Amino acid sequence: MLIEQWLKGGSRRSLLKGLGVAAVGLSLGGVLDACTKGAGAPSTIRIPGGEGPKLNFYNWDTYIGKTTLGDFRALSGVDVNMSLFATNDELFAKLRAGNPGYDVIVPSNEFVTQMAEAGLIEPLDHARIPNFENIAPEFRNPSFDPGRKYSMPYTWLVSGIGYRKSKVDGVPDSWKWLFDSDRYKGRIAIGSEAADIIRLGAKYLGHSLVGVTPEVAKQVEAMMIRQKRNIKTFHEDDGQNLLLAGDVDLVHEFNGDIAQVMKEDADIGFVVPKEGSLLNSDGLCIPKGAPRPNNAHAFINYLLDAKAGAEISQTILYPTPNAAARALMPASYKDNPVIFPPSDALMKCEFGRFEGSEKQHMFEEIMTRIRAA
Amino acid sequence: MDQHWSQARRVFAALFTPPALFLLAFFLVPIGIVWLYSFGQNVSLTEIAVTGTTANYTRALAPLYLGILAKSAWMAAAVTGLCLIAGFPVALAIAFASPRLKIWLLLMVMLPFWTNLLIRTYALIAVLRDEGYVNQGLKLGWALAATLGTHTSAFQPLELIYNNFAVMFGLVYVQLPFMVLPLYAALDRMDRSLLEASLDLGAGHLRTLWSIVLPLAMPGVVSGVVITFIPTVGAFLTPDLLGGPDSQMISNVIERQFKRANDWPFGAALSFVLMYLTFAGVALQALARRRIGARG
Repeated sequence: MLIEQWLKGGSRRSLLKGLGVAAVGLSLGGVLDACTKGAGAPSTIRIPGGEGPKLNFYNWDTYIGKTTLGDFRALSGVDVNMSLFATNDELFAKLRAGNPGYDVIVPSNEFVTQMAEAGLIEPLDHARIPNFENIAPEFRNPSFDPGRKYSMPYTWLVSGIGYRKSKVDGVPDSWKWLFDSDRYKGRIAIGSEAADIIRLGAKYLGHSLVGVTPEVAKQVEAMMIRQKRNIKTFHEDDGQNLLLAGDVDLVHEFNGDIAQVMKEDADIGFVVPKEGSLLNSDGLCIPKGAPRPNNAHAFINYLLDAKAGAEISQTILYPTPNAAARALMPASYKDNPVIFPPSDALMKCEFGRFEGSEKQHMFEEIMTRIRAA
Repeated sequence: MDQHWSQARRVFAALFTPPALFLLAFFLVPIGIVWLYSFGQNVSLTEIAVTGTTANYTRALAPLYLGILAKSAWMAAAVTGLCLIAGFPVALAIAFASPRLKIWLLLMVMLPFWTNLLIRTYALIAVLRDEGYVNQGLKLGWALAATLGTHTSAFQPLELIYNNFAVMFGLVYVQLPFMVLPLYAALDRMDRSLLEASLDLGAGHLRTLWSIVLPLAMPGVVSGVVITFIPTVGAFLTPDLLGGPDSQMISNVIERQFKRANDWPFGAALSFVLMYLTFAGVALQALARRRIGARG
């Protein structure tokens, strides 16, 4: 899978790397020194429980700060051993048969719900994660994990429309151009994730992303079957590359992915459609049977620290839910309208929620029917 | 040399046991578990109860999935036919080449195997895409022709990727060696004196090819068809990467059951429907072989 990731030009995690890394790196040092002196950053982290200086961290590729793990070892003495997964399916399949020894994992929002329901992750002890107060209020009580019982927010993303400015009229700020119009026939690519397509179709038709009924799903199916002849392909989360290569002019993708190619090509834009869209968020969780839960809590708390969070954002340049960390970042990051779309656009967006296997099977079968039609 | 295995039981046992155990532990047992899953149902997100239900097969045999199966079989048949048409002349040329050249030609046929399928498929994307090498080349030609004043319209790239043509092209490219090699093996063994006799007795080259070469190559054709057709029916990478919204094949559906849908029992039932059909195909091949054998 690694080679596939590489050939596709990196996963959505590896994006944004080019996005002003140099500028951020130059200006951040001084800012951090100034800010953290007053904040009283810990000089050492003492972890009760005596689990030994080790921690197994199962993470996405290129999804951690350059010095984060080294800094944590310097503070706590705990040596973090990081291994990588490429998709949530892979993570779920690996833990399905029993935890092979991971202490901290990073599933996306819907998988947080799914894994909690399957009993694959442990509730977190909030008393041991005081840095939770750094998190922006809108990420503190999400529908997919009420009260943040199982997960701490690490990053977030929003899907929208990436487009080639010179090939479209104005800003294509509606899902209509992707789902319900032949205006851009043959120049459209849509993601291949069944649940995302059907829920976004429902959103376009004026319904919520959550609780899509079979009737609404049926309407979306009919619409997508009508639209199919105008769609060039269902992409495998590499829509930004199709847009960059000129294969399509409109693509359904995550903001982070489009922000990366915008760096290479000024003719590319991104918009969160006016009907609203789907929010995603990756969370830090402790899998059931984790051998070192105390170290895991300390590590999660450290990742939510303002300075540590800024160091991570500086490397991965993904939208951060950490308000304190964002405050430490330069304007090129924190005021970037693609990384942080305007709040009136985000107001209409919702987190996707895992709503049980039956629904997932229904979505998959609808997608099979759309493709077979 | 023609010693019967029962005359050397110990040697036979020593040689046969390790691979047999390996097959049992890593092929038959896992596939048996998947077979059991196909009669099971999801009781939770991670647990499957084998209840003996046939609901998964009922669902797998619904018109939706049978249609996709038929489409996959049709695609595979077309790919196999194209491979046969393209592969036969190649195999013939290799069989009749000088021994020195033969080695190089065979190497050229096998060379693509040294590169991972995924990388070859991505290379095809670079060739076929709208701004790919083919369309770039055509665009250049178009621009040159425009300077000569033949036309003034803008170049429209050919739609070579994200459709069924691309999937078929990719599959033929990948499967061709599997057709050429058995054909070559059959043609190379052919008794050349039969060809001389045919030509001496007044038959033309085409007549000789049709009445002598082709029947003699028939076992190679049958093997080639089977080992091209079976993997093609089960292809999922090529339709995934090169296909458009219409290019779904049965293995793409199966893959999604095991991953995104997290519905292993249904995925298992679909896999086994495909496998039963494959067994039927192999049985037909064995019958065809026997008939050819009886005739020869």
